[in-house]
Amino acid sequence: MRGQEPRSTSSCAACRLLKRRCNPNCIFAPYFRSDEPKKFAKVHKVFGASNVSKILIEVPEEQREDTVNSLAYEAEARLRDPVYGCIGAIALLQRKMIQLQHDLALARSCLARYTATPSCIGSTDVPVIADPLGDFPAGCGGSIDSFSWNLSYELNQEAHMYDFSQIPYV
Amino acid sequence: MSSGRCAACRYLRRKCTQGCILSPYFPSNNPQRFVSVHRIYGASNVTKLLQLLPTHLRAEAADSLYFEAQCRLEDPVYGCVGLIFMLQQHINAVESQLVKTQAEIAVMKSQGQNRETQQAEPDFNNLLLRQSDNEAPLSFPNQVSSGFI
Repeated sequence: MRGQEPRSTSSCAACRLLKRRCNPNCIFAPYFRSDEPKKFAKVHKVFGASNVSKILIEVPEEQREDTVNSLAYEAEARLRDPVYGCIGAIALLQRKMIQLQHDLALARSCLARYTATPSCIGSTDVPVIADPLGDFPAGCGGSIDSFSWNLSYELNQEAHMYDFSQIPYV
Repeated sequence: MSSGRCAACRYLRRKCTQGCILSPYFPSNNPQRFVSVHRIYGASNVTKLLQLLPTHLRAEAADSLYFEAQCRLEDPVYGCVGLIFMLQQHINAVESQLVKTQAEIAVMKSQGQNRETQQAEPDFNNLLLRQSDNEAPLSFPNQVSSGFI
């Protein structure tokens, strides 16, 4: 791989952007490699190099990589949505959680009905479909109307904006 | 309010002009709000960000910046991303429970439908037997018995 040869003049992405010499003790160098210039550019634009440096100094070294990744994620979110940043994503997730909990409560009450009266299978019961985020149209007996289902579907669509799968620290 | 400097200008030790972009969102009665935001983002970045936004969205932006700054001060490693991660985990757990419950409902439904089908079959048999008693018995019972083996 390239970059393994010792180069005394190789600057990290941070020092390249800041147009300064990258010394061996550069706090940014391990986390902002020169082949990822956009990562630091985004973090710098939102937080500023000085603030990032102060944050990194405050955390233990073994947690700095996670810190940088979370800062990069926040910066990305803020640049995509300058008004709400990550808060928009949090609000979406909270709504999704509330909707799912509602769906689960309904499904559980439906199951309790079946368990209590196994012979009670009305023709109005809605068939249950396995995908909780897509096609589950209503609870049995039609308690959830189509509005709730549509909201659930919209949340699922909007959540893709933020691409949560990119969080590296699972 | 003769020297009504906003919290930002007070902290930055500068004169607060009439057109100060920060003053509507960092009032002097809440100095900690600006301190938090300044520590994480810096005054310059906050100013640039607010300048890029239409006026009617700046209050929301300032609130969200404050919230994120607070999260980062409380958790310097993950900030508000920790909250996102936790919510995602909870959502995954609730989704699993929901899928499991739906599967149980499906099983109960199919068991109930099987029970209904079994109850329906003997009635049909009885009906055919009664018909065969009333009508010519020669060909019909043979057809019935061959159908229900």
